Amino acid sequence: MRIPLAALIGLILTAIYFLAAIFAPLIAPYGVAEVVGQVWEPSSADYLLGTDNIGRDLLSRMIYGGRTTIFIATAATILSFTTGAILGFLATVLGGWWDQLMSRFVDLLMSIPTLIFALVVLSVMPVTVPVLILVMGFLDSTRVYRLARAVAVDINVMDYVEAARLRGEGNRWVIFREILPNALSPLVAEMGMRFIFMVLFVSTLSFLGLGVQPPGADWGGIVKENADGIVYGIGAALYPAVAIATLAISVNLVADWVLNRTTSLKGGRG
Amino acid sequence: MSDPLVKVKNLKIGATVYPPGEKPHDIEIVHGVDFELEKGKVLGLIGESGAGKSTIGLSTLGYGRGGVEITGGEVWINGRDILKGGLGALRKLRGSEVTYVSQSAAASFNPAKKIMDQVTEAAIRHGKFSKSEAEKRAVDLFRQLSLPNPETIGNRYPHQVSGGQLQRCMTALALCPQPDLVVFDEPTTALDVTTQIDVLAAIKQAIAATGVAALYITHDLAVVAQVSDHIMVLRNGDMVEYGDTDQIINAPREEYTQALVSVRSITHEEKKPTPEPVLTVKGINARYRGTNFDVLKNVNVEVHPGQTLAVVGESGSGKSTLARVITGLLPPRDGKIEFAGRNLSADLKGRTREDLRELQMIYQMADVAMNPRQTVGTIIGRPLEFYFGMKGKAKRERIQELLDEIELGTGFIDRYPAELSGGQKQRVCIARALAAKPKLIICDEVTSALDPLVADGILKLLLNLQKVEDVAYLFITHDIATVRAIADSIAVMYQGKVVRYGPKSQVLSPPFDDYTDLLLSSVPEMRLGWLEEVIEHRRMESAGN
Repeated sequence: MRIPLAALIGLILTAIYFLAAIFAPLIAPYGVAEVVGQVWEPSSADYLLGTDNIGRDLLSRMIYGGRTTIFIATAATILSFTTGAILGFLATVLGGWWDQLMSRFVDLLMSIPTLIFALVVLSVMPVTVPVLILVMGFLDSTRVYRLARAVAVDINVMDYVEAARLRGEGNRWVIFREILPNALSPLVAEMGMRFIFMVLFVSTLSFLGLGVQPPGADWGGIVKENADGIVYGIGAALYPAVAIATLAISVNLVADWVLNRTTSLKGGRG
Repeated sequence: MSDPLVKVKNLKIGATVYPPGEKPHDIEIVHGVDFELEKGKVLGLIGESGAGKSTIGLSTLGYGRGGVEITGGEVWINGRDILKGGLGALRKLRGSEVTYVSQSAAASFNPAKKIMDQVTEAAIRHGKFSKSEAEKRAVDLFRQLSLPNPETIGNRYPHQVSGGQLQRCMTALALCPQPDLVVFDEPTTALDVTTQIDVLAAIKQAIAATGVAALYITHDLAVVAQVSDHIMVLRNGDMVEYGDTDQIINAPREEYTQALVSVRSITHEEKKPTPEPVLTVKGINARYRGTNFDVLKNVNVEVHPGQTLAVVGESGSGKSTLARVITGLLPPRDGKIEFAGRNLSADLKGRTREDLRELQMIYQMADVAMNPRQTVGTIIGRPLEFYFGMKGKAKRERIQELLDEIELGTGFIDRYPAELSGGQKQRVCIARALAAKPKLIICDEVTSALDPLVADGILKLLLNLQKVEDVAYLFITHDIATVRAIADSIAVMYQGKVVRYGPKSQVLSPPFDDYTDLLLSSVPEMRLGWLEEVIEHRRMESAGN
C-alpha cells in the first residue's frame, strides 16, 4: 500500500499536533501560567515564539493550548458521532412515529443558531471542560443525526436488510451489522469535517470568553489575549490562527484518504 | 456484386480498468472481429453479458461507452472508414446514416418533451426533411409500427404511453431520418413476453418496409432467430460462430452455440400432490397502504412438501406481492395462511423463530440481497448461528458443507460478494436459505437477472437440492420455459387473480383460457417462422397494450 503525498503530509502534521498535545508537559519549556519575561518579547533563543501579553512563554502556551483545544474537540466529536449516528440509525429502523418525533425535535434544535444556543446555555451553566464537551457534542449531534439518517434510509430498503428482518434479527443486529458497515465511509468523511468545526467552535467560544477559562490556555483564548498586540505590530495572535488552519487542512487530507481507502475496499459499494 | 453497406475488419476495442489496490491498466474487450452487412439485411449479435455485443454494435456509430475506446481495425460504412473521419464526420454519420435503439426507451426519451419533437429531431437537424415532411414520415412510421392513434400519439409525452409503445416510438425515432443502418440494442429485453412479441413483430415489419439494414443485439437466441438473416455468436470479445440463421439454429457447429441452442432442456417429472400441503393460502385479499384497490384478489394456492409451485404472470400481476404477503412483510386485508399445519400470523412481528426459519426467501438481485461488507462465511454462517446456535469449528464445517452442496467448493468462505460472479452470488443466496433447513423457500425471479447458461445451472442446482433436502419451492417467475423445467403445479396470475391453477400437466395442456393461451404462445421458440404463426393465431390482445 502506498500513501499518497497529500495524505502523508496530512498524517505527519496531524501526528505532530496530537503528539504535542499528549506529551505537552514534557515538551513545553515553561509552565502554562508561568510569567517568565517582559510583555510581548520578540522571539529569542529562550522564548522561541516570544512572550505574550503578560510575559508568559508563547510556545508553552501554544502547546498547552493545543492540548486543551484538541482534547475538547476530539471528545465532543466522539460524543456527537455516537449519539447522532445511533439515534439517526434508530430513527430509520423504527420508522413511523418514532422517526417523526425524533426528526422534528432535531429540526427544532437546528432552527436555533448553534453559537447563540451554546452562548445561552453556557452563560447559565458553570463553564468547565466537561460541560463544554457536553454542550458542543449534543448541539453538533443534530447535524450528524441528519446525515446518518439520510444514509441509513437508503441502506434500510436494500434486500439484504429485508433478508435480515425475515430471518428475525433484532434492531441491534440490523443497525450495527447491516447498516453501520455500509454507512461508515460517508460518516468517516464527515467526522474529519466535524472535528475541524469543533476546533473552530471551541476557539470561538474561548475568544468570546465563554470557553476555556484563564489561566488555562487554548488557541481561541490565546488569540483573544494577544489581539491587542496586532495594533502595535506584534504577531502573537497569528500563531494560534496558523495552528488552527494547518490542523484543519491536515485532518481533512487524512479524512479524504481514509474515505478513498474505505470506498475502494474489496467488497465496497463501488 | 456491389460493396456491402457495412464492413468491419479486425475490430479491436479496449478499456482502462481501475481494480482496487492496483494500478489502472488497459485491457482488450473485443479481440479482432470481422463482419459484413448488405443493404436491407439483418445481422443478429448474440452472447452473454460481457461478450462485447453492445460494444461492437456501438462501434458502428464510432462510439465507445464510458472509458471504452476503439483501439484498432476498420469500420467501413457506405464506403468510408468512419474511424478516420474525425468528430465532424461522425456527427454527420450519427442520427443520419446510422441510428440507435436502446434497451430502455423509458430512460432514453426526455420526459419533458413531446414524443413527436424527439422522433423528428435528428431528421430535421441533419436537414434531411423539413419539419412538416418529417412529421408526416413519423406518422407513417407510427402506423407501420401499429401504434394506436398514429396521427395523435406524437403529441403525447413519454410517460403517457406504455413501455411497449414507447419502445416502438424509439424504433420510429431511429427510422425517421431514413438511415442506412439501425443498431437495435436489446430492444425487447426489458418488456413482458406478451408485449415483446408485438414489438418484435412491429420491428420486423418496419425493417422489411423501409429496407434498412440492422444490427440486432440480444442475449436471447430465440428472439434473434425471428428477425435476423445472419447470426454472429460472441463470447468474451471473440467471435465463436458466424452463419445464416437457419444454420445456427438447426445445425450449430461450435460447442458453445450448441449449448445456447439447447438451453432450457431440463426436464422434470411432475410429482403427485400429497394430502398434507406444507403451505395453504386461503382467500387472500391484499392492498398496499394508502391505496384503495386490491393488488391480490381472493388468491387460493397450496404448496406440497418437497414440490414446486410456480407462480407465473407478467409485471403487475401481483406475484411478488403474494410473496410479500406469505413472508409477512405485507399483512393481507383478509384471508388465512397455514404453514406446516399451523396458522401463520399475518404480521412478521407475530411469527415465531421457528416460522421464520422454516420459510426462507431467495431474491432476484443477488447483488443487493447480500451485505457487501460481509464475507460469504458470515452471510451463510449467520442463520446457523442465529437458528441453531452453531459456533467456531462446527459452524465452519457446516458452512463448507453448504458451499459444497451449492458446488462452490473451498476458497470461497472468506470472499466478499463483489469477488463473485452473478451465478456464484445467487448460489451463495441459495446456501444462505438452505442453512436454515427450511421447509419452503420462496424464489422470487431468481434466474431473471442471469445469463441463460448460468440460469440453467441454477435451476439444475435447485432441482437437485429439492431431491436431497426435500424442500418445497414457491417459484415466482415470468418465464414459462423456467416453469416447464421445474414446476409440479402452476398458478397463472393476471391482474391480481389466479386465472388458472393445477398440476403442471393440466395447466399446460389445452383447452386454455384466453390469457394462458396468450402467455404460452408468446414465449419465443427457437425456430424460423414462429413469430408469424403466433401473430396469426392470437385470440387476445397483449396485456401491456
